[in-house]
Amino acid sequence: MSKKRTYLIIAFIFVLAFFAGNLIYPQFLKLPLLPDIPFKLGLDLQGGSHLVYEADLSNVEKAEYSSAMEGLRDVIERRVNLFGVQEPVVQTQEAQGHYRLIVELAGVIDPAEAIKQIGQTPFLEFKEQRPEEETQKILDKQKEIEGKSLEELQQIEGWYLAFEDPYFQSTSLTGKYLKGAEVGFEQTATYKSLVLLQFNDEGSKIFEDLTSRNVGKLLAIYIDELPISAPVVQEVISGGRAQISGDFTVEEAKALVRNLNAGALPVPIELISQQSVGPTLGKISLEKSLKAGILGFLAIILFMTLFYRLPGILSALALGIYAALVLSLFKLIPVTLTLAGIGGFILSVGMAIDANVLIFSRMREELRGQKSFAQSVEDGFNRAWPSIRDGNLTTLLVAMILFGFGTSFIKGFALTLSLGILISMFSAIFITKNFLRCFIGTKLEKINWLWR
Amino acid sequence: MQIAFLKYKKIYFIFSGILILASLVCLIVFGLKPGIDFTGGSILEIEYIEERPSNQEIKETLSDLDLGEVLVQPTEERGTILKMKDISEDTHQQVLEKLRENEEGEEDESSSSPIAGARELEERRFESIGPVIGQELKDKTIIVIILSLFSIVLYIAWSFRKISRPIPSWQYGMVSLLALFHDVLIPIGIFSILGKYQNVQITIPVITALLAVLGYSINNTVVVFDRIRENLLKHVGTYQEIVNNSLNQTLTRSINTSLTTLFVLVAIFFLGGETLKYFALALILGIIAGTYSSIFLASPILVAWLRWRKRV
Repeated sequence: MSKKRTYLIIAFIFVLAFFAGNLIYPQFLKLPLLPDIPFKLGLDLQGGSHLVYEADLSNVEKAEYSSAMEGLRDVIERRVNLFGVQEPVVQTQEAQGHYRLIVELAGVIDPAEAIKQIGQTPFLEFKEQRPEEETQKILDKQKEIEGKSLEELQQIEGWYLAFEDPYFQSTSLTGKYLKGAEVGFEQTATYKSLVLLQFNDEGSKIFEDLTSRNVGKLLAIYIDELPISAPVVQEVISGGRAQISGDFTVEEAKALVRNLNAGALPVPIELISQQSVGPTLGKISLEKSLKAGILGFLAIILFMTLFYRLPGILSALALGIYAALVLSLFKLIPVTLTLAGIGGFILSVGMAIDANVLIFSRMREELRGQKSFAQSVEDGFNRAWPSIRDGNLTTLLVAMILFGFGTSFIKGFALTLSLGILISMFSAIFITKNFLRCFIGTKLEKINWLWR
Repeated sequence: MQIAFLKYKKIYFIFSGILILASLVCLIVFGLKPGIDFTGGSILEIEYIEERPSNQEIKETLSDLDLGEVLVQPTEERGTILKMKDISEDTHQQVLEKLRENEEGEEDESSSSPIAGARELEERRFESIGPVIGQELKDKTIIVIILSLFSIVLYIAWSFRKISRPIPSWQYGMVSLLALFHDVLIPIGIFSILGKYQNVQITIPVITALLAVLGYSINNTVVVFDRIRENLLKHVGTYQEIVNNSLNQTLTRSINTSLTTLFVLVAIFFLGGETLKYFALALILGIIAGTYSSIFLASPILVAWLRWRKRV
């Protein structure tokens, strides 16, 4: 291979490493063009809760299992969003006939409170408009307490009014009286989506009263204290059938129906497993594992340099680039980093070093066999390659099986390990080999003690 | 310089045999302590802001609650880890409340601040896993282990398919499997001793580490076998000479690779915190056993096998 091409590849490697380095640590150079993507940390590193709920579907018909679970998920997702958690995860899972809901809350300070709120059954409520003077009163109070501390505002007469909803007040009509909801369509040219409600007998009566009181006004539907829709009452409705018209898309209407049905048909859930890590412990774990990783890394570099001299320094450089590439991939994909993931990454560093060790050992042997430097580089690499390949592939095989069948801890480990192994093979073929090649024909290649 | 590795193979076999036997005996006598990941149960890690009460005191405070057997383990300066059966969120809160109460705490209830007379503590971690989840995990783990072993043997048999002389390729697969057995059994034996005397549990991280040992030690064995394969194709000499040559040629690599990995793992073991500690330990033990077996066990067995067949 021509010298020029080797230099070009090395220049490319350094450019790649430069960008990878900046991606990992953008604060250093503050390049304007590169995005500042943070590492995605798992619950064990930033603190948080992993909750597993079991849904009791004994009162639900089998055909409606999945829609009941989806409704449950939506309701809980809404509750969870109220905690202000970043990217909460709410998933349904079926395992051997058990229907489960997995909730992951990152960075929650008070898991106990979160658990309490999640555990409540979905709450559907109809609210009517307040009389105008009351609305005004509440708005005034809200102005009055603005900017006051908790102690100060408690001195004001009727301060609690300010925390009321100024526009709507509760009625006695709740999800308890709802028989069911379904999606319908307007029988007009526009064919808009509707949500059809059916109340039971008792609910029908309350609804009739409510509508007669509120013709021409808004009637708001709340789920978990959040307004879902606020249709205008067109006329008195008897018979317990109501329709919510609005600018729904079909999807929105379906979602609303699901929510309403979940509100009307609450599925009891039970917390069967919880794992909570406080934010302090998460931070400590992260710092500790980082410290351990960096120390180990330095020990490797020192050892390699002492033992393999110039190639050792090259391998340290290659290893640095390797780490930068893997870490920036973690950011780009993004891979959620957990303690297990860090463990996997560290093991993959071991594999990457192994590739270098194999190549250098082989090269030394070839040099001792009185071959030329250029020939030793090529032969050393080619002879080492089958071992690198076989060793990496077997480990990759195990990692993939772990990923396919494991739990989240094992998965995190397997994912970073696999990624690391793939990059380490690339690093052996591409980085280490070209680094060595670039010394072919230079004065340095003649200095034996640097290489043997 | 050549080391005559194969001269002392009986000593290696006896040494490994004793280790394997000892591990098996420990395993049978002591058994393993499965973690709550597999059995269900709770772990509560707390840190006292001021002084940590004695283990006995903590146990007494909790004696009114139905927690099954409570295990109290101090960590670091003021931390404590409690292990008990799986408990509901309500019980969890009751436990915390009890732990916050001082002995005089109940008398202080009338005072203006509920915090006065109470122990301040921070909850660092709480895990409670139901028995159903534990059982599912157990089943899953067993499947993972069987699949991993199976695919490794298949891969080795396939990758050595081109050699049939003087011993067939499937024997390389069998021997690596035997070496794997050795590499995983010894750490397990040590963990059963640790479980007996230090209450160290087999948790998901430990299992993960042992599975990683499978991948790692197969790697070591494969590198040596690869060298044997290469030398068989181009050199003349007895099988024993070729194997001995190959061992000498790969010795530096085997030791260096394991050493570099051990550097990092030792750092994690001492500095990496509670979760990764036994993960690192399992890997350290497995890698040491794996490096040993790739040099002193796997290849000598190949030679011994060949001799034995010739004699028969």
